[in-house]
Amino acid sequence: MTLETPLLSISGVSKAYGDVVALDNVSLDIRQNEFFALLGPSGCGKTTLLRSIAGFEDPDAGTITILGSESTTPINLLSLPPNKRPVNLMFQSYALFPHMNVRKNIMYGLQREGLSKEEIAQRVDEVLITTGLTDKAAVRPAQLSGGQRQRVALARAIVKRPRLLLLDEPLSALDRKVRAEMQIELKRLQHEVGITFVVVTHDQEEAMSMADRIAVMHEGRVQQIADPVTLYAQPANVFVADFIGSGSLLHGVANQGSFSAYGSTFPCHNPDQIAGDAVLVLRPEEVRITAAAPTDNPLMVGSIIETHFYGGSSSTTVRVAGVDHPIVASHPGAPQYIVGDQVGLSWNPQSAVLLQVQP
Amino acid sequence: MSIPTPTSGRGAARRRALIGRTVFAAPGLIYITIFMTIPILLVLVYSFFQRGRFGGIVWEFTLENYVRAFEPVYLQVFSNSLVIAGTTTVLALLIGYPTAYAIAKLPTRWRTVALVLVVLPFWTNFLIRTYAWIILLNSEGPINSSLVDAGIISAPIGFLYTPGAVIVGLVYAYLPLVILPVYASIERLDRQLIEAAGNLGASRARAFFDVTLPLTLPGVMIGAIFVFVPSLGNFVIPELLGGGKTVMVGNLIRDQFLEARDWPFGAVLALFVITLLVVLFALQAAISRRINGTGKRVSSRA
Repeated sequence: MTLETPLLSISGVSKAYGDVVALDNVSLDIRQNEFFALLGPSGCGKTTLLRSIAGFEDPDAGTITILGSESTTPINLLSLPPNKRPVNLMFQSYALFPHMNVRKNIMYGLQREGLSKEEIAQRVDEVLITTGLTDKAAVRPAQLSGGQRQRVALARAIVKRPRLLLLDEPLSALDRKVRAEMQIELKRLQHEVGITFVVVTHDQEEAMSMADRIAVMHEGRVQQIADPVTLYAQPANVFVADFIGSGSLLHGVANQGSFSAYGSTFPCHNPDQIAGDAVLVLRPEEVRITAAAPTDNPLMVGSIIETHFYGGSSSTTVRVAGVDHPIVASHPGAPQYIVGDQVGLSWNPQSAVLLQVQP
Repeated sequence: MSIPTPTSGRGAARRRALIGRTVFAAPGLIYITIFMTIPILLVLVYSFFQRGRFGGIVWEFTLENYVRAFEPVYLQVFSNSLVIAGTTTVLALLIGYPTAYAIAKLPTRWRTVALVLVVLPFWTNFLIRTYAWIILLNSEGPINSSLVDAGIISAPIGFLYTPGAVIVGLVYAYLPLVILPVYASIERLDRQLIEAAGNLGASRARAFFDVTLPLTLPGVMIGAIFVFVPSLGNFVIPELLGGGKTVMVGNLIRDQFLEARDWPFGAVLALFVITLLVVLFALQAAISRRINGTGKRVSSRA
């Protein structure tokens, strides 16, 4: 990892609305040309953070700085009004001007910069081609489909060539099929235009598939900042483990080298020397299903309550007596057992993550 | 009974919906037919016949009434009325738009209070409110006496019985009719559109003129029509505050029916005002459609 100065630096930002804390001492750095995601359930503060960067919310405390295009000294963003910030925002509702056609919508931001007519026309034409909207230039937003509107909103933002592009739930208004296409499209565009993207989303799959790094937020605080693989494999706390991916959480007590839960003791990998109340995270693909016979050395024994076959893979849900949540296992191929079968469950202690429960 | 095919099922649903709509609309439709459509048709019919000696109609066809309406003396009244109603409309918009804007920006619970205050004058009798203006604008009235006392003027100014007084009275009477539709359109405006303009580099003033104003124009036009049309037809204010010296179309029409007993000519003048009203509403509808793009409703939130 290089030690370059981050493009955007957020430090100790807090914001409260009356008694409701929206942001609680949030600090994070966003690097140049990065695809960064702010991920969390609704009400976690991610949109407030985005709006603070764009200038539509004033944080109660903290600083937000951005690197200028020429200088190497960061500019204090919070001292600038929204229209003077080198940051563009793609709104969740797209906020296209209904009384202007596509071309005028896209031109609007460039006209505000006082560029020459020729330059504006050239840059608008370019971005119309990039976003595939050339034949829609003269059309009003009301006549466009959801996916086309999303592209206009994107074109309107990237034509400004901002240092940083903020995207608020960019895909939430689209149906499933268009959504998958636009995910690829966004990633391609980000690569092509070389702009740093910050996406706000509540959809973990969306964040995992597009972002280079993700900040998981909950109750106004950053829970973990990491790349998608690390978030999944090494969640920093129980919230992240539960929010990212699927998996079964076993609640118990950690001791040196073992984990006790539901009256049994399981071997576990405990590099952080966790002791006391803890959670063991079992990802479905790490759980193996075996016969229930003691010769197979199962770690748990239970009965199958559900099986699903997805074509290439299947999942099996097992209820274990005394364990409050059923445990899910996924494996390639068709299910090998049927509902009601007694089976054994086992996993590699190295691949199950042990997390301390915060008191 | 046979099993309904999908098509006939849909037809039945549509028929039921139509019957439902008709039932709900019936009271309004009946009221409008009896008290609006029939009188307007009567006015239209009267305009093509000759006047009776003491009012009423002599059933002999003529276009004379229409020709007469274009005599210079009547054209003068029309142009007078248009100038006064136009000035009233412009003033009412200049005062009403900022007021509506300010109300729309108030915290929610204060908005209701402010809107009640706007319509509060309507709860007082119209004549009493107009007479209050006579007292205010009088040469011995509070405005003149305080101006004289303050030494700004040496002798009272004759505000009353001038076109200016008529305009002041009309603006006062119809200001709420501008504020309400303009308020509705500002309040309905998606705040994110203003934020988007700011995000794209527009100052607050720029965003107002590029986004807020054009998108609230339909409301502005409704407000303008609501002021312009009744101002044109009003005959009480020109009489009380204009002292009968300022003749407007409203006075002229009233005089034809009540004083001159020339119903057909009064009918022609009334039709002119109605036609103007229809043209103005058509214009408003066309402009609203243009602003929102091809008549389709724009959902600001996807």
